[in-house]
Amino acid sequence: MAAIVMDNLHKVYAGGVRAVSDIMLDIADGEFVVLVGPSGCGKSTLLRMVAGLETITEGRLTIGDRVVNALEPAERDIAMVFQNYALYPHMSVFNNLAYGLRNRGVLKPEIERRVREAAAMLEIGAFLDRKPRQLSGGQRQRVAMGRALVREPAVFLFDEPLSNLDAKLRVQMRVEIKQLQRRLGTTSLYVTHDQLEAMTMADRLVVLNGGRIEQVGTPMDVYSRPATTFVAGFIGSPAMNMLPASLLRANGNADALSGLPGNADLVGLRPEDIGLDAVAPGGVRLQARLDLLEPAGAETHLHVRLIDGKTRMTVRLSHVPGLTEGADLVLHAPAAALHPFEAESGHRLL
Amino acid sequence: MQTKRTTFSGYWLPYALLAPQVIITLIFFIWPAGQALYQSVLRQDIFGLRVTFVGLDNFRRLMEDPLYLNSMQMTLVFAVGTTVLSMALALLFAVMVNNMIRSRDSYSTLLVWPYAVAPAIAGVLWWFIFNPSIGILPYMLDMVGYDWNHRRSGTDAMILVIIAAAWKQISYNFIFFLAGLQSVPQSLIEAAAIDGASRAKRFWTIVFPLLSPITFFLLVVNIVYAMFDTFGIIHATTEGGPAQATNILVYKVYRDGFVGLNLGSSAAQSVILMTIVIALTVIQFRYIERRVNY
Amino acid sequence: MVENRPLGNLLSHVVLIFGVALVVFPIYVAIIASPHPPGTFLRGVMPLLPGPNALENYRTAWTEGRSRAGTPPISLMLTNSLIMALAITIGKLAISIISAFAIVYFRFPFRIFFFWIIFLTLMLPVEVRIVPTFQVVADLGMLNSYAGLSIPLIASATATFLVRQFFMTVPEELMEAARVDGAGPMKFFRDILLPLSITNIAALFVIMFIYGWNQYLWPLLITTDPEYYTIVMGIQRMVTGGDSEPLWHLVMATVVMAALPPVLVILFMQRLFVKGLTETEK
Repeated sequence: MAAIVMDNLHKVYAGGVRAVSDIMLDIADGEFVVLVGPSGCGKSTLLRMVAGLETITEGRLTIGDRVVNALEPAERDIAMVFQNYALYPHMSVFNNLAYGLRNRGVLKPEIERRVREAAAMLEIGAFLDRKPRQLSGGQRQRVAMGRALVREPAVFLFDEPLSNLDAKLRVQMRVEIKQLQRRLGTTSLYVTHDQLEAMTMADRLVVLNGGRIEQVGTPMDVYSRPATTFVAGFIGSPAMNMLPASLLRANGNADALSGLPGNADLVGLRPEDIGLDAVAPGGVRLQARLDLLEPAGAETHLHVRLIDGKTRMTVRLSHVPGLTEGADLVLHAPAAALHPFEAESGHRLL
Repeated sequence: MQTKRTTFSGYWLPYALLAPQVIITLIFFIWPAGQALYQSVLRQDIFGLRVTFVGLDNFRRLMEDPLYLNSMQMTLVFAVGTTVLSMALALLFAVMVNNMIRSRDSYSTLLVWPYAVAPAIAGVLWWFIFNPSIGILPYMLDMVGYDWNHRRSGTDAMILVIIAAAWKQISYNFIFFLAGLQSVPQSLIEAAAIDGASRAKRFWTIVFPLLSPITFFLLVVNIVYAMFDTFGIIHATTEGGPAQATNILVYKVYRDGFVGLNLGSSAAQSVILMTIVIALTVIQFRYIERRVNY
Repeated sequence: MVENRPLGNLLSHVVLIFGVALVVFPIYVAIIASPHPPGTFLRGVMPLLPGPNALENYRTAWTEGRSRAGTPPISLMLTNSLIMALAITIGKLAISIISAFAIVYFRFPFRIFFFWIIFLTLMLPVEVRIVPTFQVVADLGMLNSYAGLSIPLIASATATFLVRQFFMTVPEELMEAARVDGAGPMKFFRDILLPLSITNIAALFVIMFIYGWNQYLWPLLITTDPEYYTIVMGIQRMVTGGDSEPLWHLVMATVVMAALPPVLVILFMQRLFVKGLTETEK
């Protein structure tokens, strides 16, 4: 059990490329923190710095009560699940799980006990004698988890562990990992580029972009109050609509925008906050033409174009009242649903 | 020159791991190569008593020596003959074997094994087959009116060593051509067939261009083989004769150094050969790099 | 196959049978010639069917060789060849594997420099620097010894390069996982990397064994004592060593026995050998 403290971490590669900058982050004991961002945002690098696989150029990293900057991965009391699982192909499942324990001089009966226990927890007890290549993708994923589990480490590190699974298994494993972590109460750092995975699993989300932290918060915090235009665009699917405030004012919505700060020149609207309610009082009202209907089962996505003929928006509805493509619509959103941003800095204003 | 993304740390361990290789390389490769370079600018008198610095004179003499120029020409003929003959036959066999379904493996096995035969042995075998008094081929050639004698005729001797050298190399080329053919995507051939290309046309317009990287690779490898690895064939059979007709460069280096004891000239020849090998190797690695980038 | 034409297939078979005949013919001739009595080769054309003296000829070759010309019996030369081939193969593999490991899995000062030193050896086949190399070995007192036969040929840029190519394809994460699991460099090398490389090492073994067995010029130069003759060079001594026509029946028996070990290695390990040649030598 351990807390992690990242005190102003930097990573600069030999060629001068800055991969990670100014990372200040406290992770509480037992917390499940997800690092999320597009590819190349530095999230994996940061995770590997915590693991000890990348050197830390600058700053201080504390795990538990030790500064670990100079420690080897094996000395940091961490365990890691890799994206491609990194199972030793020539060893049986049992030996894959036992290898790290043997290297640490754990006694035989204890190894046996821990491997059986982990295998039972992950329901891979029947495969202990098999080689990794004889297992399915989902089973390999469980073995990779098991290898981390048997170590009983202070911290779990996950590097996109579900990205090689098909969609259905991914959802199932998402739930299992989360439940397992709750039960064991082990501090966990989890990297993913999938914002849905990040939202559903995290106690706290850390959104990274260009090697810097954009926002830290609970998933609902981040979703309902994105701190920057980047976060607004990255979290949530379909993405938040971004409209120039000038466009809204020019179309008779000056009143609805009067409550926003004067420098709010960009306004965000979540697709699900927009309705077709032509008679609702107040709020923002926009005329648009329906380009395409995208039925997705429980909900339908409407791709529309505003009357200027250029600006595109997405609307998410659970009921579609007999619309046909090409129809003219009036969109409505309540004033409370507006997210004001300053375009130049990208910062949220309220 | 990459390493892994993350590497082990260790101050003396990597040097210890490299030490055996580097020490042997220094003693048996770099040092002698340096010696060759050094000796190539010296000349010993006939009693081996006095050594004088002569600059590039050894090289100049070589370039003016009709025997050396003849050796270069013979090497060219030999290398081109061997390369063309063995690659053409290997490609033909590989294409045919690739057409087979059930018998593919059996034919492959039968064609692959000469790779294991030493060049010197290949030479002795063909020397026996072409033996003017008892060989089977001269006997057959005699019936069509050709008097084969590689002990008198330089042309005959050259043909003999080319056949022996090419014979041994067919299997190597065959292995690579077959691997290349098997990596041509079947869908391309099917697409060409749907586009109405005949069998021959499919080969020359689709398959052969796709084989061109392998062909180029083999071209370099075969030239290197013919120039340097065929020493045994020459030495065990014609010994450079008759009348210098098969005295290729690597054989001449050996003869001038060990039999003629002309160290300066032999060293200069070594330097020239090393330059040729380095040039060929650089070409080859350019090619490998390009391929890795694909 | 897009299409299957009987006529085309027949043509393919004809071409291939011709090819196989061409490839097999020299060895066939050797096998046929070896059991003939010496008199056969004094007149007329060489035989195309085997002779009656198989046992006798092979026994002579095996136990006596051609003693008049100074060649030792084949049994001795075969043993020497085997010792030389194995020493070269094992030595090459051992030093190539550890140096490739150093080059791929460590970063250290002068790494590139060392790589190029090793790499230069690829560019300098023994044939082209033969005189100075001979002098070095003579100065070290290694003439007429197994060490002299094998050690100078052990350094191998090719093998190092091929092993390096293979190591580069081993997933990064395996080494990282091993580190997280508490394995140091040598433990990782022994527990993970070597077991993973077994197939590739075996394929290289085949190629290197054939290379070692077929060495010709080097043993020719540094052995003057028949005790150290290897079989491939011994054949040349048998062909040219006497003052009369070669004793063809003995030469051919020797040829058969000299070619047999590497050919057997290839035939039994063909798949491995082809894979090793084409997949690594790119």
